Formats: sequence, C-alpha cells, structure tokens
Amino acid sequence: MGCPRRAFPAVLALGATLLAAGCVPGTDGSGAAGSGTGASTAVPDPKAAGKTTLTVWDQEIRGGTNGEITQLNREFERKYPNVRIKRVARSFTDLKTTLKLAVSGNNPPDVIQANQGYPDMVSFVRAGLLAPLDNYAGIYDWNTRYPNTLLNLNRVSTDGTDFGRGRLYGISQTGEFVGLYYNKDLLRKAGLEPPKSWGEFTAGLARLKERGELPVQFGNLDKYPAIHTFGVLQDQYAAAATRDTVLGRGSGFDTEATKDAAATLTDWMRRGYLPKGANGLGYDDAAKKFASGDGAYLMTGTWLLADLKKTMGDKLGLIPPPPAKPGGAPVTTGGQGLAWSITSRSRHPQVAAAYLDFLTSAHASDVMTRHGVLPAVPGPAAAKVAPDTVDGQMVDGWKRLSAADGLVPYLDYATPTFYDTLSAALQGVVSGKTSPDKLAATLQQDYGAFLDTQRERHTAAESR
Amino acid sequence: MRPTALIKAYRRRAPGEPRAVGYLYILPALLVYAVFLLYPFGQSVWLSSLHWDGLTVATPAGFDNYRDLFGDPALRAPFAHALLLLVFYSALPVAIGLLLAAAMSRVRIHGMTFFRTVLFLPQVLALIVVAVAWRSILAPDGLLNDTLRAVGLGSLARPWLGDYTWALPAVGVIGTWVGTGLCMVLFLAGVQRIPRELYEAARIDGAGPVREFLAVTLPGLRPHIAVALTLTIVAGLRNFDLIYVTTSGGPGNATSVPAYEVYHRAFETNQVGSAAAVGVALTVLIFALTVTVSRLVEGRRA
Repeated sequence: MGCPRRAFPAVLALGATLLAAGCVPGTDGSGAAGSGTGASTAVPDPKAAGKTTLTVWDQEIRGGTNGEITQLNREFERKYPNVRIKRVARSFTDLKTTLKLAVSGNNPPDVIQANQGYPDMVSFVRAGLLAPLDNYAGIYDWNTRYPNTLLNLNRVSTDGTDFGRGRLYGISQTGEFVGLYYNKDLLRKAGLEPPKSWGEFTAGLARLKERGELPVQFGNLDKYPAIHTFGVLQDQYAAAATRDTVLGRGSGFDTEATKDAAATLTDWMRRGYLPKGANGLGYDDAAKKFASGDGAYLMTGTWLLADLKKTMGDKLGLIPPPPAKPGGAPVTTGGQGLAWSITSRSRHPQVAAAYLDFLTSAHASDVMTRHGVLPAVPGPAAAKVAPDTVDGQMVDGWKRLSAADGLVPYLDYATPTFYDTLSAALQGVVSGKTSPDKLAATLQQDYGAFLDTQRERHTAAESR
Repeated sequence: MRPTALIKAYRRRAPGEPRAVGYLYILPALLVYAVFLLYPFGQSVWLSSLHWDGLTVATPAGFDNYRDLFGDPALRAPFAHALLLLVFYSALPVAIGLLLAAAMSRVRIHGMTFFRTVLFLPQVLALIVVAVAWRSILAPDGLLNDTLRAVGLGSLARPWLGDYTWALPAVGVIGTWVGTGLCMVLFLAGVQRIPRELYEAARIDGAGPVREFLAVTLPGLRPHIAVALTLTIVAGLRNFDLIYVTTSGGPGNATSVPAYEVYHRAFETNQVGSAAAVGVALTVLIFALTVTVSRLVEGRRA
C-alpha cells in the first residue's frame, strides 16, 4: 500500500526495457554436441577416462528402487575406481519441477531420468538437451536386449516433433504394468478363484457386491488413478488401436472403444463395484484400505507391490487384467520406468553410456529382482522366483505381456496437455457428470488440435 | 553550488519539511527490495509477453497471454473461484472474528487464554499440515462424514473434496478455520484499546449489546478490520498449498485457483508465458483489492 502509483509503472518500464533489449530466453537446440546419432564407435572404457565425477539425477527414492540403485552405484564405483558417482535423488514431482532448470543451466548433470512423452522428453530433445544413444544401443546390443515396443517409447523423431519413433534418447531400467491385485481371503470367502477371463472377472464383481463386499477399491482424489483404470478398460475393447492413437497414428479418441470404456466405468460406479466417494478418496488411502481388507480387487501399477506386500503378506495376489477368453493374450496399460538419458553437454558421455549399460545389464536385473523391483528385461534371478509368490506372479505377468506385445502406453503420452484433459474429464465420468459421448468428444478435441499442430510442424520441418 | 548557497537553500526550508537526503536512508532497503522483488517481477512481466515452453527459444506473444485471461474459460474459472473463496478466506473470518471478539470482551470467560490460544493455533501451523489434516477430515470415511452419520444425518455425508458442488466450499471452510483465529486476536487487542468510558457512556445512554457493538466497538475497530481484511485477502488470493495438497484443482477443474494455475502452467504444461501472465494479473488484482480496502475501510487517502 506504500506508494503503488509510482512502483507499478517502474516495474512495467523494467519489463519493457528487457523486452526492448531483445534478449529472449531459451535455446534453439543448435548447441547440442552430438546432433548425429551418438559419438562413439567402439565400446567405451570408463577406466581410460581418468578421474571422473558423474552427476546423476534420478527419482528412485522408494524403498526397493532406492536400494537397488544404491547398490548398483557402489558396484560401478568399485568396478571403475576412477569414477565417482554424485547422485541427486528427488521425488518424481520435485524432479519434474527442477530438472528443466538444471538441464538447461550451464552445468547440467551427466545422466538424468527423463519422463517419456511430450512435456518432458520431447521438449528436452527439441531444445537439444539430450544426446542420442543409437550408436551406444548398437555397441552395447540394447537393440536386442530390449523388445522394440519398449525402446520405441524412448524414441523421439529427428526434428524433435514426434514421440515414439526416431532416435533413441534414453533407456529404462524397470518395467511396470497396471495389474489386478486381489485379496485371496476375500475371493475365497466369496467362493471365487482369480479370474481366467474378463467375463469371469466381471461376474465375480457382481457376486462380491451381493455378499456385501466392495468389489474394486478405487480412490481418484489425486486425479491420475482413473487414467490407469480407464486405460485397462479401454484396452479390453481396442488395445492395438489405442496404442496407435497414443503414438499419433491411430484413429483418435472419438471411438466406440472410448465410449464403451467410459460407459463401463459409469456402470461400475452405478452398481457400486467401485466405492461411491471415489473422487474424494486419495490414491494412497485407497491402497491402505485395500491392504487392510476393504475391497477384493485393486487395479493399479506394479510399483505398489512392495508396499502392499508389507501389510498383506501371503494374502496378496497379482495378475494382469484377464484376457477376453481363458488362455488368451493379456493386454493392459503399462510400459517402463523413466528413461535414463545422457545430457548433450555432458563432459563424460562415454562414462555415462557405460553407466547406463551397467544399470540395465543382466546383473542389474538380478539386483533389481533381489530388491523386489520388476526389471524391464528379467534376468536369471527372476526365473528362480517361486511362481506361487506375488513377486513370481508379477514376473510371470510381465513376461506374458511382453511376449504377447500386450502393453499399451499410458494414455497421457498422447498430447502435451492430455494428462490435464483426460484426468479432469475422467473425474467427471466417475461422478456421473460427464457422459461417455462427452468424454470422447473432449478427448478428441484435445487430440485433434494437437495433430494439427504436429502437421504444421512437419510441414515447417520439410520446407526448412 | 557553493557551500554558502547550499546552506542558504536549506535555511529557506521549514524544519521538518522532507529533504532529498531522506532517499539515502531508504536506499539499502530499496536496493534489497529491487533486487529480490522488483527485478523478478519485471522479469515476470517480460515473460508474460512471450510464448515460452521453458526450454526452446521464446517467441513474442504481445498481449496474447493477457487476452487469454479473459477469453479462455480455463483461465477465467480460476479467478472466479478465487473471488468466491474470498468469502470464505476473508469475509467469514472477519465476521466471525468480530462476533467472537465482541462476545469475549463483554462476557468474562474462564480460561480465556486457553480459548484464544486454541483459536489462534491454525495460524501457527504450516498450511501443509493443515491441508493434510483436513484432507483426512473431509475424506469419504473421514471425521466429518462419520460424525454426520453418527447423529443421523448420513444423507448429508458425501466425498467433500471430490464433489463438484461442494469441493470449493469445503476448501473454503479450511480457509475460514485458518483465518478466524488471526482476526479474533487482532480484534481482541483492538477492543482493549477502545476507552472504557465510551462503553460506559453507551450503557448510561441505554444502549443494548447490539447498539453498543455498532456504535462503539465497530467504529473503534475500523483500522483493525482493514488490517485483517488486507491480510486475509492477500493470503486468500495467494492460496496455493491448500489446493495443491487437498484437491490439485479437482474434481475436474472445480477448485483451480490462479496461484495453482501459475505452478501448473510453469512446471507441468510448459506454458511459462501464460503462467507469468496469470501471476502478473494476480498481483494486479491483489494490489487493487488491498488499495480498495485501505481507502474504503481504513479511510486512508493513499
């Protein structure tokens, strides 16, 4: 309240001065060192690099993954005594807010974990901040180590426009899929077996409801959980088409599959298969409720396994969402953990590449398995996990999904704003406010607008 | 200017009239203020005139980002929500605070210090803690719904934070809870400074409690009300943490507010220019409201 009339024009004047000075923030991407396909042609030898400090920013702070990374870092340093790893571990949200500043700063970390999709990885590539890894992928045989479906999710087109194809910009360590956790006690009491087909699953839901149990526990206050639930439902109707759409080459979202999935979600809410106040219940709270015996099923990702197992022990089971026919190929939402990428201005790209290879080697897979983490490519240790344990079920489910090519990427990869559009619209569907038709139209509007922008970018790139 | 002329110049001035040297005294503070507040704010103004994703080269946007503030319903809604929340964050705390202060100053209550402390406590707690606590109170099986069911009002129970109609008022009530204590303590302190004679005179003239409140307490508290309004309006419009923790702007976008939108656009959807425009608009709005309050309520001529 001091002297508003004088301070405010002064500030405006300052802004105008900056504007007039013509200094515009950001980079045009030309500063990228390796704008080719990765610099190396022979297997890099970190020992030859001399005394090196490798700065690594990751978000693996949860129990299992944190333990696994800590151990692998220690082993890498022991293998290459001249290399010291400076690790900065932040939670996913914290990493998301600080990473952009760190990577575009003058002294970026060497290795970072970049979130797949348009807002993060594609933006980084367009700004020339990540180094392409195709050469390393050849040298280290990543191309054969990983199924193509997974590698593609870490690709960005050469012009930094499209997600899901083009050059490789990262490699993921862990796998993840949205599965069906179940409470063995509750199923047994209701006279049910873990379902072998989708029909058997939905029939079981009705049975559970009749007996006064909550069939599926679900909390959607945090907005994103419904994306996973909806993804699983949509995959039941059109898995392959959905995947194409997410990767920008499908028929879009104004489809029968979208409407059917939304109708199913509404129907489940109406029948009480999902809890009534789902929009007001937190994701973690829902998981806690399920763990304490409230709810026969919980539909969420493998990342929750360690936490659920801690409370439920042997009562916990996990299967991929059952296929349409018994013995059929399962499909579900899933993919891999965040990509490990090398920044374009890293001074030690070769050491960084060796580090990435080490983190994703067969040995690393075994370390992950021992820490209860699902490796993207299960190693020998994963094969020895007892198949009747929940960890064994997770590994088995992952193998079946990978073999059947049954993983559909997260729907929010579709456009830069899709997370917002989809999560907000799905809260509407869950509350019964948004009709399936309206949902399909809303999603298509966002998707269609983005495709138009992409088309303009392609034309601009070609004419350049 | 020769020294004698300078001395002459000063002699001509009345004692106590402002002198240029005064600016020298505020210079250190002004420098800090400029470096940490004015310059960043200038930067925000500048960013708000650009289309920038935070990484690649920015392109000039002119007034596009500001035009969107009026044209884009997704940006208009947060401001509408914020203004509605002011009823809960500012008007209600001041009203309740006044009532409590009037009651507490009239009737001697045993354990007054205890009640004052309890009512002020929400101000001392970090807002994150407040938000986490209320999130569990308002949960579908939380304290509020359990209480409603226990007293036979189960039909009123609902997932407060997930209900399109009730989420905004529910978040607002948290703000009321936080702000009331502050207002009450401010007013209690103010009431004590009102001369007792005024109350005595009012009572001799036959004024009842209501008349006394309107004729003596309310005018006496005018400056305090202005302070309380200013503080709560600023806190209400800047409100970010409560929304971030309780609803993330949901369900749908029913509880999104400008401050949350700034964070969301700058860090999550790579629209730095738009985020800066929202921030600048929010600053202007806060400015306008606080100036209005200081003129209308406090009666000050700025």
